[in-house]
Order: sequence, then structure tokens, then C-alpha cells
Amino acid sequence: MSEISEPVGGRIITKPFLVLAEIALVAGILVIYRYFFGLGAVTNLSDGYPWGIWITYDVLVGTALGCGGYAMALLVYVFNRWEYHPLMRSAVLTSVFGYTLAGIAIFLDIGRYWNGYRLFLPWSVNFNSVLVEVALCIAAYVMVLWIELAPTVLEGSAPPRSKEIRQRLERWLPVIVAVGILLPTMHQSSLGTLMIIAGHKLSPLWQTGLLPLLFLLSAITMGYAVTIFESIVSSLAFKRPFETPLIAGIGVIMAWIIGAYLVLRFGDLAVRGQLGLIFQDNLQSVMFILENLCFLAALLLMVNPATRTQIRWLFVGAIAMLLAGSLYRFNAFLIGYNPGPGWRYFPALPEIIITLGIVSVELMAYLYFVKKYPVLPKVEHS
Amino acid sequence: MGISRRDFLKVSAGGGLLLASALSPWPAQAREPRARLPEAVGILYDATVCIGCKACMAACKEYNNLPPDLSTPDSIWDNPVDLSAKTYNIVKLYQNGTGQVKDREIDGYSFIRRFCMHCVDPACISACPVSALTKDPNTGAVVYNKDYCIGCRYCQVACPYNIPKFQWDQAFPQIKKCQLCSHRLARGDYPACCEFCPNGASIFGNVQDLRKEARRRLSLKVGTVAPYPLHRVDSREVRHRLVTPYQNYIYGEKDGGGTQVLMLAGVPFTKLGLPALPEESTASASETLMHTLYKGMIVPYVVLGGLFYLVYKNTTKQDLP
Repeated sequence: MSEISEPVGGRIITKPFLVLAEIALVAGILVIYRYFFGLGAVTNLSDGYPWGIWITYDVLVGTALGCGGYAMALLVYVFNRWEYHPLMRSAVLTSVFGYTLAGIAIFLDIGRYWNGYRLFLPWSVNFNSVLVEVALCIAAYVMVLWIELAPTVLEGSAPPRSKEIRQRLERWLPVIVAVGILLPTMHQSSLGTLMIIAGHKLSPLWQTGLLPLLFLLSAITMGYAVTIFESIVSSLAFKRPFETPLIAGIGVIMAWIIGAYLVLRFGDLAVRGQLGLIFQDNLQSVMFILENLCFLAALLLMVNPATRTQIRWLFVGAIAMLLAGSLYRFNAFLIGYNPGPGWRYFPALPEIIITLGIVSVELMAYLYFVKKYPVLPKVEHS
Repeated sequence: MGISRRDFLKVSAGGGLLLASALSPWPAQAREPRARLPEAVGILYDATVCIGCKACMAACKEYNNLPPDLSTPDSIWDNPVDLSAKTYNIVKLYQNGTGQVKDREIDGYSFIRRFCMHCVDPACISACPVSALTKDPNTGAVVYNKDYCIGCRYCQVACPYNIPKFQWDQAFPQIKKCQLCSHRLARGDYPACCEFCPNGASIFGNVQDLRKEARRRLSLKVGTVAPYPLHRVDSREVRHRLVTPYQNYIYGEKDGGGTQVLMLAGVPFTKLGLPALPEESTASASETLMHTLYKGMIVPYVVLGGLFYLVYKNTTKQDLP
């Protein structure tokens, strides 16, 4: 695109990279074990809690963290805020890995993976199933994301035909971007709709017809938070200047959306007459309070110009938002989910290691790409 | 940017419609509540008649080729503590206080059979992405096809009764649940649990007949002797027994949109572990929401059109070089 990006450069194999590789290796061995001995051998999943952290973290939180590309595309292309375009590439990059690995995580989690292709056979798919909408949309969006990343890769590598391919891709840009905005709008809301059918098994603190809207709004906000977070961390890690005014501007947008979210969230609880559940002093009410305190903290830090313009507080605010959205997802799928007496779930160690392995692969891929390809904006050396 | 307006229109119209239609075949109507199938068959379980002999459990294992569920390390016979991938049917015990009187809530006890309720509007079927769970168009039995199943376990999340079970210890796992002995129905037999129930606690029949029978039992006078059919609702074989008090409620008549398994008991059903469900099924709630958003894919198409317009306008008119 218009402004110039450049590879960060430097060695790929560094100490942190090796640590990540080791975690990924252990996780890989456990994954092989899972395919030989079943899901029960590596997870604490049960007939009461059939979905655990692989769905809640890897898929729900993972794709929400991957909403940076979506949220920034919304800002730049739909609301015409081109000043934010320099952040676009790295946002798309995190989205690519967040979504691709969520897709892979689904294939670790489903028991009869060899039948997975049936999701893509229009005559056998059940279009009443919310999961179909989610699965098809995520699969389509992973492809769109890789196409969106293609110009970066093509610019970085210089085979003779790469320029031609890039130009052809750019002609298609409005189509790709529009589809790339529509798809996450659809599946991020549908991820919330998934729990409607759980009915009474999900606590009224989370069970509501607004689940799709609340999931969508929090996903977009997490997308902005992740963009701020990533900008600050890569500035620190690669010793680059902070992009302060730019990311503080994103903070303002976040504040608006969090505000709207909280009004909807508590308005909905009030209308349904469930506010009393907040003060029940059990795990669910404590987690609800924690979740919403994080939203509130993010709101306050982003709304106030004094905190928003300081890198330190901007960073804390972004983390508060990431925690808030993650807690909301854990609560709506695990903490607030009660299949009946006698069932309990806490992830098993191998289950956690496999998730950590997925995160490690994501980080390794990110490091490789920003060092090798022009992802981050070119630094003006003074 | 080097694109002409005509190029843009070609590209966006073609590509947009292509991609959107790939995701489009959602049905257009909002969701009506499902009605009972006229030929639907089911089971009437009467906890006041049940003596807890577990003959239904043994028969279920035998006729579904299920292995014993050894729940304690030194168990020498089948002793499941709950439904599992090895157990489709279980008799549980409710006990309160001194547990003296059968079918009484306070200081009493009651048996309760748990197995698939064969919902009129099953959440598991609505949830299943690949139609591995389906409702038999005639009998209404909820049946499973392992050749379609991807093992996502959304049916387990969706089922209000926690019926579908997963083989956690298998490399090639399946979902396991009661299928109303569909293999026996197909050859003119009826579910093994009803055939082997010695006391008439579980009887098989057309759901309409079972409802009539349940209403008849609720209208019986406590303390009188009345005939109770054995095995099947239309059976000539009857047993005369003393009528004991019932809760005036047929569980499954309307609960969660209704079920093809109906239950009677002397103890409130929530005490027996059956959930209190609204009359609207969760399948209907979920599908109504989805179909409102995706009715004929109109909203997504309109949104996509709007997005094209804005993105195109903004990419061509941006101030940056």
C-alpha cells in the first residue's frame, strides 16, 4: 500500500524463539498421544463439560484476539480513517495466525476429525446449526486473511512475477476487504449464539438473546486492544519509537464501544430482572464482577485523556480489555455453564500445554514474519 | 489506485455474489414450534409403579450390545453410577429423611429412570452441524449416524437432559445414546426396556395413547385398585394394583417443547433430577434468532453491498499518496 513498511531484520533463532519451540515440541508430542489414546487421555473433558479450554481459549479467545485485522479494517476502510493504515499490516498478521491456529485447534478438539470434510458438503450440512455458520465463516475468513496477507509476503519476496500478482490482487482489494469485514461480523456474533441452545444450563447472568451482539462488540473492542498491545510490545521488543498519538486515538474508539457494551449488558440484566444474581457470593457472581470490573477499568483508562496518552496506562487499559473479553468468553462457556450436580471441570496439564503450544507457534510465526517481511511501518531515523 | 470503475463493478459484483452465495442457503422462515408426529411412538414411565429391579437396564445392555460399566475398582458386575457411553438407561434413587414411604417427597423415596426423552423438537438435532443426529420421520426416535458425526460434541452442550455421551477413552470415538431400540422397531419389536419391565412401570406405545393412559392414571382415585397394562399401552396383559398418590403433572407433555417419553411420579420432578424447562424448546429459540439474522441471507447481502460501496469509495478517494 501507500506508506512504507520494512522488515525488522535480525536473527530468527533467538533464545525466546527456542523456548517457544520447546513448548511447541512438547505440545506436539502430546497431540500425537491424543490421537492414539483419545481425548480423555490428555484432557479433563467429560460428558458434563464436553467443551473445555481448547474451545474457550483457542477458538473463542483466540479468534477474538485475531480480530485486530477486522477491527482496523472497519476503521480504515469503512470509516475512512486512513491515518491508522500503518497499523493495518501487523494487525492482519496477528489475525492470520490467531485464526489459522484456531482452525487447527478445532481439528484437535473434534473427536471424529476424519469426517470433518462433511462440514463443507452443502447437501449433508444442517443449516439450522449455529456451529455450521461459525465453522464455514471461520474457514472462509482464514482464506480471506491469507489473501490479505499476500501483498506483504509478495513485497518481501521478489520473484519475477510477484509484482504482477500483487497488482492483480490489488484490483480485487475492495472485494476482499468487504468480505473480510462481513465474515467476522457474522461468526464473532454467532460464537455467542452458540450458547443460546444450552438454555437453562447457562446461568442467566450470561444466557440472553443479546449473546450475539455482546460477543460481536467485545470482539471488535478486543481487536482494537490487541492492536494497541501489539504496537507497544513490538516497539519495546524491537526498540522502535512508540506510536503514541495513533494508538491513543484507537483508545477513544474503544471507550465508545465499551460504553455501549456495558449499557447493553446491564440494561439487559435489569430488563430480565437478574441483577440480583450479581450479589450471590458464589463463583459465578465473583467471576461476573471480575469480568465487568475489567471492562470498567478499560473504559475509564481509555476515556480519560490523561491516562490514554501515557503509554503505560494505555498498555494497562489494553490488557484490561483483553482480560475483560477473555473472562466474558470463559464465563459464558465454562464458569456460567452448569450441566447439573456432580460435574466439574478444570483443564488437565497436557490440555494446558497443548494450548500453550498453540500460542507458542503463533508467537514464533509472528516473530518470523515481522523479521523477514515488511510488516511494521518504516521507522524515520532522526 | 489503478482500477477503473468498470473493473470495480465487474470484480465486486462477481466476487461478492460468489462468496456470499457460498454461505447462503439458510432457510427463509422464522421458526414455528414443532408439532408432534402423528405416528410418533414413545415410552410412558410411571415411577410409582417402578420397583427398581433394573431389569430394563440389563435388557438395554443386552439388546444394544453394550459392555458392563464397572464403576468401582473391584466390581464384578455392571454398576454404572450415571449414563455413559456404555449405559443408555439407568434407574436412579431419590431419598429424603428417613426414606420410609415410597413415592413420597418428605421422608420417602422414589425411583427414576433416565434415558433419552426423544424430544419433539430436539436441541441435539438443531445443534448437530452435519445431521448425524436425526429424527425418524415415522417413529420420531432420535437416532445417530456415526458415519456423519464429526465428534464436535455440540449435541452434549445443547441437550437439556445431558443424554448424548461421548467415548472419551477411544481413539475413534462415537456419540452414544438411547435410540428407542430403533433396530428392534424396524423388525416389528418394541424397546427392550418395556419388553422386560416386569411390573408395567415402562410401557411402549403411540404417544397419543400414552398421553391418554397417563391422564387416566392421574384421574384414578388413590387407594382404589385399578388395571395397569404391562409392556405396551395396547397390551391385553394387565396387572391390578393399588393406586398411590401422583404429582398432578405429566412430565414431557409440554416441557422443553414436549418429549416422546412421558413420566409420572409421586415426587416433584425437579427433585428427581429432571430440569424445569420452558415450553419453548431451546432449538426453537436458537433457530429463531439465527433465521432472523440470516433470513434468506438478505441482511448479510445488504451489509456486504454497503461494505463494498464504502470500501471502494474510501480506497479511491483517500488522500494518502
